[in-house]
Amino acid sequence: MPEDWDADRAAAVIAAHAGREGALLPILHDLQAAFGCIPPQAIRLLAEALNLSRAEVHGVVSFYHDFREHPPGRHVLKLCQAEACQSMGCRDLAGHVGARLGIDMGATTPDGRVTLEAVYCLGLCATAPSAMLDGRVVGRLTPARVDALLEGLA
Amino acid sequence: MIPRLYVPGDAAAVAVGADEVAAALRRNAPDVAVVRTGSRGLFWLEPLIEVATPQGRIGYGPVARADVPGLLAAGLLDGGAHPLRLGPPESLPFLQRQTRLTFARCGIVDPRSLDDYRAHGGGKGLARAIALGPAAALEEVVQSGLRGRGGAGFPTGIKWRTVAATAGARKYVVCNADEGDSGTFSDRMIMEGDPFVLIEGMAIAGFAVGATQGYIYVRSEYPHAIATLEAAVAAARAAGWLGDNAADCGFAFDIEVRVGAGAYVCGEETALLDSLEGRRGQVRAKPPLPAHAGLFGRPTVINNVISLASVPVILAEGAARYRDLGMGRSRGTMPIQLAGNIRHGGLFEAAFGVTLGELVDDIGGGTASGRPVRAVQVGGPLGAYFPRALFDTPFDYEAFAARDGLIGHGGVVVFDDTVDMAEQARFAMEFCAIESCGKCTPCRIGSTRGAEVIGRIMRGDNVAANRALVADLCDTMKFGSLCALGGFTPYPVMSAMTHFPEDFAGPRIAAAAE
Repeated sequence: MPEDWDADRAAAVIAAHAGREGALLPILHDLQAAFGCIPPQAIRLLAEALNLSRAEVHGVVSFYHDFREHPPGRHVLKLCQAEACQSMGCRDLAGHVGARLGIDMGATTPDGRVTLEAVYCLGLCATAPSAMLDGRVVGRLTPARVDALLEGLA
Repeated sequence: MIPRLYVPGDAAAVAVGADEVAAALRRNAPDVAVVRTGSRGLFWLEPLIEVATPQGRIGYGPVARADVPGLLAAGLLDGGAHPLRLGPPESLPFLQRQTRLTFARCGIVDPRSLDDYRAHGGGKGLARAIALGPAAALEEVVQSGLRGRGGAGFPTGIKWRTVAATAGARKYVVCNADEGDSGTFSDRMIMEGDPFVLIEGMAIAGFAVGATQGYIYVRSEYPHAIATLEAAVAAARAAGWLGDNAADCGFAFDIEVRVGAGAYVCGEETALLDSLEGRRGQVRAKPPLPAHAGLFGRPTVINNVISLASVPVILAEGAARYRDLGMGRSRGTMPIQLAGNIRHGGLFEAAFGVTLGELVDDIGGGTASGRPVRAVQVGGPLGAYFPRALFDTPFDYEAFAARDGLIGHGGVVVFDDTVDMAEQARFAMEFCAIESCGKCTPCRIGSTRGAEVIGRIMRGDNVAANRALVADLCDTMKFGSLCALGGFTPYPVMSAMTHFPEDFAGPRIAAAAE
C-alpha cells in the first residue's frame, strides 16, 4: 500500500541518492514506489535538493508515462496495445475489458479497484496478447482468462 | 546425484505459467534441483522444461501445472516417454536451423551464476581482449563487420574508434536496453537469460575505448530483466570482474543499471542520454555525436544490447569467424524475433540472408490463427508493412532499404487476412503522437494531423485528395524530423498505402452497410 505524504520520508528517499550522477529518474521511481505517485509537494523538495527549477522537475515528471500525479487504483492492469498484440486481437480484448470494468483506457473504476492502462510492448510478442497485472506478466490472453484474473481482485 | 530440472524464468515463459510449473515441480519432487534458466526462444512450446540425463538434456513442453504429476509418474527425471516429450532441444528443427553465437548460452545456463557462465565458455572474449590490448581488441570489432543491432546499423567498431580517439577525462559506455519496438524481445531475452555476456561486452568496450563507467538503461516494462541484471552486476562486482581492478587487469570499469520510465523515444540514443542525465527524454540535434560529446558531454559509446552482447564471441573466436557469416555489408548473425500472429513464434538467430518468406512460412509455420498471412511488419512500429509479394527479400540491411523497408531491431510481426491496413497506418501515426518527444514540429504536429487525415480516408471523405495529403505529410516528416521516430513513421504508413491500396479506398463495407 502506498504511504501518505510525509516530507521527512521524501527527504530521506532523496538523500539516499546524494552524489549520484543524473539522479532525478531513480529518485522519482523511489518516490513513486513509496507514495504511489509523485505528489505535488515533492516537486519543491526535488528542485531544492537537485538545484533545479520547479518547472524543470515538473517537466520531467510530466514527460514520462510512468510517473503519476495521482495514485492509481488498488490494482493496475496494463494491456499491451502494440502491433504484435494487435495481430492477435488486443483491440477486441481491450474493448471487452473496458466494457466489463465500465471504464475507458487510462481510467480507474469508481470504487478504486482497478486502473486500466494501455502499454506499448512488454516484450511478450510471441505469446500475444499480453498484459501486466500489478507487475505480474500474463500472455496468450483470452477474454475468459482476463475475466478470471479480474475476478480474483479485491 | 541430485536430478536437475531446468525451468525458464524468462518473462514470456512466466507469462504462460512457468512459475506455477516450477512451484509444482518443487512441491511434487522435493529432492530435485530446479534451476531457473532463460528461454531457448521457442515460445509456442513454453513453458518448456528440461531434465538433465546422462544422454544430455531432454525437453518437455508446453507444460502446464496440471501436467506435472503425470510427467513425474511417466519418469520425467529419467527422460521418460510422455506426449509432451520433445527429445533433446537441440534436435528440434527450429533450433537446429539456427546459428547461435550471441544466444549460445541463452536458455541453457543459470543467468545469475558467473560460474555457470564461465563453465559454458563465458569470459574468453574479455580475456583475449586484455591479451591483445585496447587497440587490437578494438580492431577485432572493426574487422568483424558488426553493425548496430538497435536498428541504425552503424558499424560498431567505427563508433568505438571515434570514442577511443577522443580525449576525455571520463568516458562512458552506455547500453541501450530501451527495447520498445513491438515484436522485439531479443534484448529482454539476453538480459534475462545470459546477462553476463552483456556485462562482458560492455567491459570489453570500456577496455577498448578507455571508459571507466558503464550504464545499462533498461525500460521499466522489463522488471524481470532489471532484477536479473542487478543480480548479475552484483555478482560480477563481487567476483572482481567489475570495479577498480576489473578482471584483475588493472583497469577500472563499473556498471550501473538505470531504469527508464515508459518513454518509447528514449530508445533514440540522444534522448536516452538526456534521460540518463535526469532530464526529459528529448532528442538532441547532431552534431555533436555522442562519441564526441555524449553523456554529461563526455565521449560515450552507446550501443544496443545485442551489439554489445555479440562482442564477446567476436573476441573469443576472432573477427573472421563472425565476418564470414552473412551477406553483402550485413555480416555475422542477427537474432530475428518472430512475433504476433505466427504459429512458431520465438527467437531465431541466423546469419544474414535468410528470406522473409522462409522466416514466416517455413520457420514460423505461417499464422497462429491458421488464416492466410496478409502483411508482415518488419523492424518495429517504425518498420514497413510488407505483402507476400516481397517475401523474397533477404534479411539484410541494404535489401530491406532497397524496398523501402528496414530490418530495425529484427522484429517480424505477422498479421493474417483480417487486418485492416488503414487502421494499422492510423495507429502508426497515433503511436508517434503519443510517444513524440515534442522537440521538432514534423513529428509533434504531423503525427496528430496524420492520424486525423487517415481517419478521414477511412470514413470515405475526399479519399484521393486525403491520400495525396498523407503522402505529402509523410514526405515532410521523413525529411524534416530530428530523429527516427518522426522520420520513420512514414514507413509503416506509406508501405500500407502502397502495398494495400484496397484498404484506403474509402469506407469499410461493413460501415457502408450501416
